Amino acid sequence: MTVATLEIPGEIPGEIPGEIPGEIPADARNPVEPFLRMDRMPHIWCPGCGIGTTVNCFTRALLDSRANLDKVAIVSGIGCTGRVAGYANLDSFHTTHGRAIPFATGLKLANPELQVVVYSGDGDLFAIGGNHFIHAARRNMDIKVICVNNLTYAMTGGQTGPATPGQTISATSPYGVFEPSFNLVQLAEAAGAAYVARWTTYHVKQLSRSMAEVLNKKGFCFIEVLSPCPTLYQRRNKMGDGLEAMKFYKQVSKVRNGAPTSECALTKAGEIVVGKFVDRDRPDYLELLKAQMTESLGERYAEPEVACSQC
Amino acid sequence: MEDELAASIAIQGAVWGGAKAFTVTSGPGFSLMMEHIGYAAITETPCVFVNVQRGGPSTGLPTLPAQADMMQARWGSHGDYAIIALCPNSPQECFDLTITGFNLAEEFRVPVLMMMDECVGHMTEKVIIPEASDIAITPRRFTSKTPEDFRLFEPREDLVPDMVKAGDGYRFHVTGLTHDERGYPSMNVETQDGLVRRLQDKLKPFSNGRALCETEHLEDAEVVVVSYGITSRVAQRALQMARQQGVRAGKFRIISAWPFPERHIQELAGRVKAFVVPELNLGQMVREVERSAAGKCKVMAVPHAGGSVHDPETILKAILEAAR
Repeated sequence: MTVATLEIPGEIPGEIPGEIPGEIPADARNPVEPFLRMDRMPHIWCPGCGIGTTVNCFTRALLDSRANLDKVAIVSGIGCTGRVAGYANLDSFHTTHGRAIPFATGLKLANPELQVVVYSGDGDLFAIGGNHFIHAARRNMDIKVICVNNLTYAMTGGQTGPATPGQTISATSPYGVFEPSFNLVQLAEAAGAAYVARWTTYHVKQLSRSMAEVLNKKGFCFIEVLSPCPTLYQRRNKMGDGLEAMKFYKQVSKVRNGAPTSECALTKAGEIVVGKFVDRDRPDYLELLKAQMTESLGERYAEPEVACSQC
Repeated sequence: MEDELAASIAIQGAVWGGAKAFTVTSGPGFSLMMEHIGYAAITETPCVFVNVQRGGPSTGLPTLPAQADMMQARWGSHGDYAIIALCPNSPQECFDLTITGFNLAEEFRVPVLMMMDECVGHMTEKVIIPEASDIAITPRRFTSKTPEDFRLFEPREDLVPDMVKAGDGYRFHVTGLTHDERGYPSMNVETQDGLVRRLQDKLKPFSNGRALCETEHLEDAEVVVVSYGITSRVAQRALQMARQQGVRAGKFRIISAWPFPERHIQELAGRVKAFVVPELNLGQMVREVERSAAGKCKVMAVPHAGGSVHDPETILKAILEAAR
């Protein structure tokens, strides 16, 4: 494995047009508005929840990556983070629980010119959808997976999920979680992801930069974003509100780009290793498919045509 | 794909990417696909599912025939919805009806289920494949509206909305939640009522007169054998034997099983003595025949638990008894 470009600059390029000193003009717009379905506001997320922060970073990444937004599709599963697709002003799909990745796979294969982003939570992607995650990573499917990890099933009341750290309290573990949790970044690397990073919602600049980076990288890319759930996880574990979570992330996070993912497991109160851990190049699924078909069939192989909207 | 859940949703991603797509399974795999038949129904994603039926429940009888998934095909996903199901009885029909299935999926924007059985699925017979230019294809009906004027689930007069595909600038939203015409989640009684009724009502033109079937000797029939798939070929022999013995037996072969061809059965029920319904299950489509006949004539089930097909003699016996 080779790890490339590990340095993350402190500043991201570009002015933030929303920062206007003094009085806010009546016609002022939040710079993220063009990326959101403003007719769907207010959103459903709780005060202090980190999902909105990640969406803000994502819109910044779309700006910075200079992506053609008509060619970016976003696919979500079910859960709090599953609602992101509905708020993004893109071609967007709110699919079934756990199945965002296979839906995204079909979408990408039918229409390879699309940049397909899967945006979902830890429960959706790693419990009910865990099988699809490892297989898409194994195939190096050219999709970008952003996992907002709030360490619990938030929408359904805070049950233990595959990423809930040991010794924490949840709706289904009133005496403490005793089952081991997944280390998501290690799982992603082992399964074959081309890019693996982890940030928290405190690291907004680094997160935006990572998101912009994967929008311009081929292959299966995975970003885990640790995000607070003040309503359920934080409250049950006496970890305070959203602001307390930011202080906690600031205090215990350590940037270690290129760190072995096996050393990045999360615990209830221990160090949170953040950074870009994996950045490698492998042929992606479509490249392999084309190579195999061309080798076997020669000129008889015709690449599938995408239906034309005018036909 | 890694499993049937993945396959049954990947085809729908492909459809929204602009492709036509289908997936194939049998037995437990069909059970795994149920959630996504519901997703295709509520998102009105035109796609085709093939189920080569085996004996069940569970792993049951791999590679041995049954027709015991017929009610699952209609009702297997939760909630109220409607689908189209077709039952070929030969390799030629597997080819022809799959094309029909794709065309109907596009016309009505519903999942279409090809309900074969192991015998038909493994059968070897001559198949004539026409020139591609001779095959009638229903193209996807893409909207001609601009993104500004377009609403994803605004129905045309026929209650079916126009399609779009990702990447064309429409910035549309698809969800499995109950949604309004914009495609936005709208979870209230009015939206639910309008959406769920439309999902059923849009298939009415198909129920009302366009049902696919094959009939024989219905003009003078006193007993009509209602069958489908491989059982219809076994029943054909029984019908011949009954005619030889002087019983005026007729054939009604169901080709489109869902929506159920209830008008045909209602009409026949008023003028025949009995329906005989052999099927490779312990009584599924026979209930629909009973419901449609509504007591106007006798209905006799000829059940078989699967693993093989009926003896023609068993069906003959039922015909003779029904004619008495």
